[in-house]
Amino acid sequence: MSDSARIWILIAVVSIGTYLIRYSFIGLVGDRALPPWAARMLRYVPVAVMPGLVAPLIAWPQATGGVTDPARLAAAVAALIIGITTRNVLASIFGGMAVLYLALWLIG
Amino acid sequence: MDRTSPDLARAFRLGIRDGLPFLIVIVPFGMLFGVLASEAGWSMAEMMAMTILVIAGASQFTALQLLSEHAPLFIAIATALAVNLRLAMYSASLAQEIGSTPLLGRLLAAYCLTDQTYGISMNRLALGPAMTQRERLAHFLGGAVPVCIPWYFATWLGAVLGNAIPPAFALDFAVPITFIAIVGPGLRTLPQAAAALVSVVVALALASLPYNLWLLAAAVAGMMTGAMTEIWLERRKAGNESPK
Repeated sequence: MSDSARIWILIAVVSIGTYLIRYSFIGLVGDRALPPWAARMLRYVPVAVMPGLVAPLIAWPQATGGVTDPARLAAAVAALIIGITTRNVLASIFGGMAVLYLALWLIG
Repeated sequence: MDRTSPDLARAFRLGIRDGLPFLIVIVPFGMLFGVLASEAGWSMAEMMAMTILVIAGASQFTALQLLSEHAPLFIAIATALAVNLRLAMYSASLAQEIGSTPLLGRLLAAYCLTDQTYGISMNRLALGPAMTQRERLAHFLGGAVPVCIPWYFATWLGAVLGNAIPPAFALDFAVPITFIAIVGPGLRTLPQAAAALVSVVVALALASLPYNLWLLAAAVAGMMTGAMTEIWLERRKAGNESPK
């Protein structure tokens, strides 16, 4: 199979599959009352999914070939602390990237 | 939508405003996909089709990576879909907020459901004020405007600029920083902090599991931790208040 055929098949299957994943509850289940335990679990979706998604990217960055990088670690910690204290998404991003550039400049 | 009341228009505009800060992360994130896909030899049609139809950055990077490594096609597809399974949890959560709105609105909302648009909506709902379901939908779709449309444009721009962006900009790390910036402001209570911590520990401990199973394990462990910590706090509070 050519590379292009592989790419187009992947795009077709992943786009349809992803749409169905997104539509699942919004479209098919609606706002029927969930059991209390399920509602309780759902409250923790954002704080349970994103930290897990991001942790390996921080611990073993692709840009350094998976080697733990002090500059990127410092940037992640800075972004987290700024995010918690200021509750401001933009401040957290700018602060994190500023610490990253500073640390890369100091170390690199 | 049939008729737009002033309140719906206001909620929509508020959504756009709440979403605007994410431009600063969507643009480099989308550009990075364009840059990496063109480096991998993808045509403009291929990368734009993926960015518009799949519209989920983490899975796009995953698929790009696996296809470049010549992984079996079904592995690339299954992994990209596994990365997106978290969207089912967002869908379940969002269904509680907009589940009885008109079908057309929900069809559109499903298309724009991403980490960022979900985060924008939940952050606003946590702040209040109380909104009707249709206002919540309007706010959600408003929030999607500055996220989804710049996403397409940024991918195209990244593809055009290609290798002109020097590695010194460390754009790779814009992705993790974005996720941290979404989560950080939402860490307000002990159960939330416990859920996040367990999620990190489980993800790192099980990182060698294939097919992104570590992510599902981390998510489930984090959710259970949050729920159990909440129950524990409630019981302790009830115990303190009852007469001895």
